[in-house]
Amino acid sequence: MGRKILGTALLTATALLAVAGCGGGGTGSSDETAAPPLNANSVSGTIKVLTNRTDLVQDGTMKKYAAAFGKEYPRVKVEFEGITDYEGEVKIRMNTDKYGDVLLIPAAVAKGDYPKFFAPLGSTGTMEQKYRFTDKTDVDGRTYGIANFGTANGVVYNKALWKRAGITEWPTSPQEFLADLKTVKDRTGATYYTNFKDGWPLVSPFTNSIGSVSCDAKASDNLAVTDKPWDTGTDLNVIDTLLYDIVHDRLAEKDPSTTNWENSKTLLAKGRISSMVLGSWAITQMQDAAQKAGAGADSIGFMPFPVQKSGTYCSTLLSDYQQAVNIHSAHKAAARAWIDWFTEKSGFSEAQGAVSALRSAPLPATLEEFVDNDVTLVERSEADTAEVNAIDNASEIGLNKQDYRQKLIDIARGAQSGTLEGYFADLNKRWADAKQTAGS
Amino acid sequence: MTHSTRTAPPPDPLTGPHTAGRRPGHRPVDRRSRPRSWRDHPLRRVTPWLFLLVPLALLVTFTYVPVGNMIYYSFTDWDGVSPDRSFVGGDNYEELFTRPDLFRVFAVSLYYLAASVVQIAAALYFATVLSFDLRLRNLFKGILFFPYLINGVAIGFVFLYFFQDGGTLDSVLSLLGIDSDHAWLGDPRSANTALAGVSVWRFTGLNFVLFLGAIQSIPGELYEAAQIDGATRRQQFRHLIAPGIRPVLSLSVILAISGSLSVFEIPFIMTGGATGTQTFVIQTVKLAFQFNKTGLASACAVVLLLIILAVTWIQRRLVPDEKVDLV
Repeated sequence: MGRKILGTALLTATALLAVAGCGGGGTGSSDETAAPPLNANSVSGTIKVLTNRTDLVQDGTMKKYAAAFGKEYPRVKVEFEGITDYEGEVKIRMNTDKYGDVLLIPAAVAKGDYPKFFAPLGSTGTMEQKYRFTDKTDVDGRTYGIANFGTANGVVYNKALWKRAGITEWPTSPQEFLADLKTVKDRTGATYYTNFKDGWPLVSPFTNSIGSVSCDAKASDNLAVTDKPWDTGTDLNVIDTLLYDIVHDRLAEKDPSTTNWENSKTLLAKGRISSMVLGSWAITQMQDAAQKAGAGADSIGFMPFPVQKSGTYCSTLLSDYQQAVNIHSAHKAAARAWIDWFTEKSGFSEAQGAVSALRSAPLPATLEEFVDNDVTLVERSEADTAEVNAIDNASEIGLNKQDYRQKLIDIARGAQSGTLEGYFADLNKRWADAKQTAGS
Repeated sequence: MTHSTRTAPPPDPLTGPHTAGRRPGHRPVDRRSRPRSWRDHPLRRVTPWLFLLVPLALLVTFTYVPVGNMIYYSFTDWDGVSPDRSFVGGDNYEELFTRPDLFRVFAVSLYYLAASVVQIAAALYFATVLSFDLRLRNLFKGILFFPYLINGVAIGFVFLYFFQDGGTLDSVLSLLGIDSDHAWLGDPRSANTALAGVSVWRFTGLNFVLFLGAIQSIPGELYEAAQIDGATRRQQFRHLIAPGIRPVLSLSVILAISGSLSVFEIPFIMTGGATGTQTFVIQTVKLAFQFNKTGLASACAVVLLLIILAVTWIQRRLVPDEKVDLV
């Protein structure tokens, strides 16, 4: 009998707690807009800001921003919480009410769920006049986030090294880029670097370049309606073929399986790596590494994706994380005041060498060469990102995950069987099938 | 192989009060003649439960509730974040069983299964050797057990440098005059072998300690008697040690099989499942946290649990746990 009691007790407790646990994850009921305060003294309270920039929290940079903010809004206190595994951790915390007052919207949150988690910041019609990238968080005519900064996408390269190899002009086609890589490798020994092991450098810099090839702001949205994203001539086809060719022609690092991102900065600065496809946000980090290596910041260059559309280069401009206000926050006005101040007055995006979310702000110094060479910056539309992500997740391809490009590299270097054409055909098929089932 | 910590089942609490009344040396007393005491109080039956309250609360909170939740999620279409989820019945299980590619990753487990044979053999060998009187015996015991004490994540990083191009392994080989230009984690076969090798390095110590304990629990007189009878070391192993450690050996095999099916840490840290090193658990984690299919991933986890239970059950049927009687 004793065992029975124990068993029943355990089962009941488990069932109760399981049900209670499932009830968690409250839906915000408030529909109130987190409007900017009219008067700096009218807002008060302590707000908590979640950030992925643990480095800036640790070295005190964020505290300095908070102090400067405090001068303007004396009654608001700002606290920071740097989170290393930002995506993974915040996603789980969002099952509760306590995910800070200001946070960066994790990529895992479906766009349609934004109104359940975040307070609206204003109508998209007025927001888009002042800010870039608003369509990324636009749900039913209201904007839920303001980008912390934007980045242009292209190729970071060691300019001094390329010059030594005799190359001073940007390549205008993937074939030219491959030829240049070969010349650089033959003359200096430096190779392209895939960052295969860390994985993410295979993800955002490449997927964000969708649009750089076709020079089309709707290139990403079009994925929601196409059955063959990897068809000949499409953005993804050109981008992934280039990566395949780089690896297949032995122009990348010798052993991709043990690469190291932190180390790659130094290797690029020292001229052991010739180039990497990356976002413009990486330029300042590479310049720092170059200075530490004694090479000088100007040895690092940034070129657009090596494709020209009717004689001009194009480079997609995409937002990084979007800052949003927690719908459960008790200090929405103060939270909004912080977002506005951080975006407009902190000087954060300039310090990062990134593109400000404000339309009125000038382009950063890191993109000077783009401006000088008349590179067309394509502010890519993210209006249909929700549908694209739904298909992407259903297909388990993962345009925003490293796995499918890791497999591409494995095929290219012969570690896994298959051909490029076969792989693209398979990806096309999976995409088309998923488009049927995702049915949104 | 991989060995996961499981919470031991709680001891049967009711043996306590029953035996307490009839302890040896406690003279049975006539109930009527004794004054009413706490021993007769009905609440007395509750006492053991009070003691168990904390461990049971922990056990339920951290083991049964999560498992209950997982089983519940496996019947929903939850994406892991959204506040809404709807009940979809057996759809996740249906999808799982109609997609053979999801089970293909179990082929990777064969590498780890093969490695666990090596691991058990090595552990058995060292345990036998070190159970005899040797010089520096304790030092060797320490050296063999040490890897098991290191955190799995740290081991992953250590061996990442070890297998790197121009890393420790390559340098050692070049000292020996072998100039290998092989990317150890570069192709599926060598990567899986390397990862399984790391696993052997890590878990041999655990098996070794289990075996050593079992061997040392064999009474010393038996060895003396064997020696007097002129038994060789080999005969001692065959007729004394082998039957003496049989229960521990069968436990090790169960742990090895369930470990091989649910390998996670080492390949996840070292390759992230790239280059054909994806195991079933890595695949489950990716479904849940990359593709936001928490429902399907929970179903995978439930199925893995059932597979391991089934394998264990079959094994117990094939090799029943006999009572070992050496004397």
